[in-house]
Amino acid sequence: MSTYTPEQVRKLVDGKLDWDTVLRMLSMPKDGERFALYLQALQDKLGWSDRIVLPLGPHLHIVQRAQDQRWLIQCDCGHAFCDWNQNWKLHANLYVRDTEDAMTEVYPKLMAPDTAWQVYREYTCPQCGTLHDVEAPTPWYPVVHDFEPDIDAFYQEWVKLPLPARSN
Amino acid sequence: MNMMTQRELGRADLLGTGQTLKEFRDGILARTAATGHYNGLEHLELRERDPIGYEKLFSKLRGGLVHARETAKKIAASPIVEQEGELCFTLYNAAGDCILTSTGIIIHVGTMGAAIKYMIENNWEANPGIHPGDMFTNNDCAIGNVHPCDIATIVPIFHDGKLIGWVGGVTHVIDTGAVTPGSMSTGQTQRFGDGYMITCRKTGVNDTPLRDWLHESQRSVRTPKYWILDEKTRIAGCHMVRQLVEDTIAEEGLETYEKFAYEVIEEGRRGLATRIKAMTLPGIYRKVAFVDVPYAHPDVQTSNAFAKLDSIMHAPVEMEIRRDGSWRLDFEGASRWGWHSYNAHQVAFTSGIWVMMTQTLVPTQRINDGAYYGTEFHMPKGGWNNPDDRRTGHAYAWHFLVSAWTTMWRGLSQAYFSRGYLEEVNAGNANTSNWLQGGGINQDGEVHAVNSFEASSCGTGAGAIKDGLNHAAAIWNPEGDMGDIEIWEMAEPLLYMGRNVKANSGGYGQYRGGNGFETLRMVWKAQDWTMFFMGNGYMNSDWGLMGGYPSATGYRFEAHHTGLMERIARGESLPLGGDANPDLPDYENHLGPQATVKRDHQCMTTEDCYANGDLYLNYLRGGPGFGDPLDREVAAIVDDLDNGFLLPEYARRVHGVVATRHPDGSWQADEKATALERLNIRQQRKARSVPTQEWMKREREHILAKEASLQVQHMFATSFGLSKKFEQQFRDFWDLPVSWTLKEDELSVPSYGANCRMDLSAMPDVRVVTLVQE
Repeated sequence: MSTYTPEQVRKLVDGKLDWDTVLRMLSMPKDGERFALYLQALQDKLGWSDRIVLPLGPHLHIVQRAQDQRWLIQCDCGHAFCDWNQNWKLHANLYVRDTEDAMTEVYPKLMAPDTAWQVYREYTCPQCGTLHDVEAPTPWYPVVHDFEPDIDAFYQEWVKLPLPARSN
Repeated sequence: MNMMTQRELGRADLLGTGQTLKEFRDGILARTAATGHYNGLEHLELRERDPIGYEKLFSKLRGGLVHARETAKKIAASPIVEQEGELCFTLYNAAGDCILTSTGIIIHVGTMGAAIKYMIENNWEANPGIHPGDMFTNNDCAIGNVHPCDIATIVPIFHDGKLIGWVGGVTHVIDTGAVTPGSMSTGQTQRFGDGYMITCRKTGVNDTPLRDWLHESQRSVRTPKYWILDEKTRIAGCHMVRQLVEDTIAEEGLETYEKFAYEVIEEGRRGLATRIKAMTLPGIYRKVAFVDVPYAHPDVQTSNAFAKLDSIMHAPVEMEIRRDGSWRLDFEGASRWGWHSYNAHQVAFTSGIWVMMTQTLVPTQRINDGAYYGTEFHMPKGGWNNPDDRRTGHAYAWHFLVSAWTTMWRGLSQAYFSRGYLEEVNAGNANTSNWLQGGGINQDGEVHAVNSFEASSCGTGAGAIKDGLNHAAAIWNPEGDMGDIEIWEMAEPLLYMGRNVKANSGGYGQYRGGNGFETLRMVWKAQDWTMFFMGNGYMNSDWGLMGGYPSATGYRFEAHHTGLMERIARGESLPLGGDANPDLPDYENHLGPQATVKRDHQCMTTEDCYANGDLYLNYLRGGPGFGDPLDREVAAIVDDLDNGFLLPEYARRVHGVVATRHPDGSWQADEKATALERLNIRQQRKARSVPTQEWMKREREHILAKEASLQVQHMFATSFGLSKKFEQQFRDFWDLPVSWTLKEDELSVPSYGANCRMDLSAMPDVRVVTLVQE
């Protein structure tokens, strides 16, 4: 079992960790304390009073709002999408590439999908414009609710950390 | 009645216990079900008593399997085996459960096990009999094989007259005598066109292949020289492993070996749960993937009118990780199998998952059937990944297997990301295509077939801390290699006019997917030569992750009547290198005036004629990206531009990077202008997007009016037809009225096979082996 310093985990988050250490992380048994170090690295970076409960993406987190302990899904910029257990995409802004012009903005024509078969749905934060997800489904496809974490079990049984209080 | 007699030919008593193999296997299954531990092994007595000895035994057997693979592959002449390593050897216990496997195409951990279980369930011990020195051959896709070109040789292992296990060896052969040449052909719509099919047939006795088998099999395929050397490869490897087991028993004793052969599977089952708990996060993960089957196009020739339709294959997955570390993989909602060669048996699907898992969740040598016993698979009967009709074709099952598995890779990556194991995140993998295939009379004047395995070096998916690897690997063989140009030119009458990284083929993101590559091939010294394309074109089968884009789709380029022979004679310019930007094609500037060129998304074609001098572009796909492309470091973009990995106009459009090119060809970014452009793109995003729920109202209207292409409606109709649950979820999401329905027969496209089907299990004297919940 390897252990890593808070500094190493901070560098990992920033994509700046040296390859030798990354390789050790890949090849050795996982370090159980990583989650706590990871949360701390993200919390320090954002400087929020809201507490990160679970990271969902590079700029997206389940947080415990400081004022009322309500769990929300929140962007780095502070915009709250919805309650923690809802599909945040339904509360995001959406741009759908469903025409050839829209597709060829980002790919050469022959390297882009045919929009009669497939569209790209780009989910962004309405406040800061961060792109949080790109879906590539057929037309008509329901918005996928990607992830419903069992945070209680994870904190209490898997990483054995105190579960942050939740008012909702 | 056309049915074999049920008269018992006498109990073989292969185990020396009075039990049949089926009774023995049933006992293992019952003990496993009753206790939750493989074979009821709540304690690993050998491992607990002698852990060092257990590990030594493990290492010896595993090392011997790898050694057998590395040695035996030198016998093969086929570059698919010798260059790309498309083979593996696997050791099984007497019940057909995998103990250990070599490196290589380890999807066959399960497929060869399924063949052994089929022999057990169908009383092969009575007829045709199972004896020391026997060899069995299988490539039947209806009992678990991936596609017919994976030929398995299976050898029983005896000790003092008792059956103690099996060894299987598999190679991917270059041709199986299908309707069209190449090992994974298109155009056939049913099993009956998939090529030479062998169902666990006894093909050798006394360690010697039977003469009827040798004569029949070699004349049933186009490439007999490669075929027979592949056969010798498999036999040699199997016999090496059998000898290894005999030597091990001589040293350790039969009791110890047999204890190990069952305990190691229970250890594998426990190991999976441990890894799940150590690396992931409990919860429910949902992902989906698609791939195009564009058969309405005139360049796809089929033998049946009912196969001539555009369709889409659909693979949703719900992955439930429970608080106790167990998990369930649910594939309900998959679209129905189709009249093409891209269907997959349930075992090809479930066993193949472990190929992927060895590259992520279980990156150890300890891959065996323990992981299977530690997983609940739910796969409704009738889907493309669990067909309910014995006619289905499977020759290119990989068309969708790879992309359907990538859903799980994305789900696991969500878990790794949330938990902070960023080093493990992978956005997915490439649709490992194009496959250059074809045949005819080669440069040596012989009937020949080709399947370029350059596809084993596609781009890999981006991670959360680094880019994907360029032209690196394929999910189905992580040791893959694109192969040497010189070797391919010896094996194929196709000269290389270029081999280049394919710009923009990797998905964009903070970290980009690995780029694929492209090779331009010119037909040379062939006669009556044909080729065809196989891959995704109208759709992208692999999504990006957390703001990253999917990789680029495929396209085809082919040129005929090129006039290249004359241009070569006159010393004129030639099409060389990459097709850098297909929006600004350049190859055409170096062809004769009579040239005919096809450039389009039709990446699935059937056999067409190519003359000497004709051109074929083999474009191997890139991997998907991770994270918002605006977060990509400017220096990384400059590096991509300098290396030709990114076309300049997309640096600004996608990444907001403003860069200029110096006279020496290098690029420099303007940091200030880039910062402003990135702000501008964020503003554009806000301006042109709408709240998702507003968009949903408009999309709902399209659904109510049934405004979508036929292939999209057909996909939903076949998924609805198989799963009321999926249909209800769709209805609920879009809040559709009860009056809204969608059936195949209202679409005015062929629906042959939609209502009447016959499963293999309905054949006389056949007991199918079902290894998933249906």
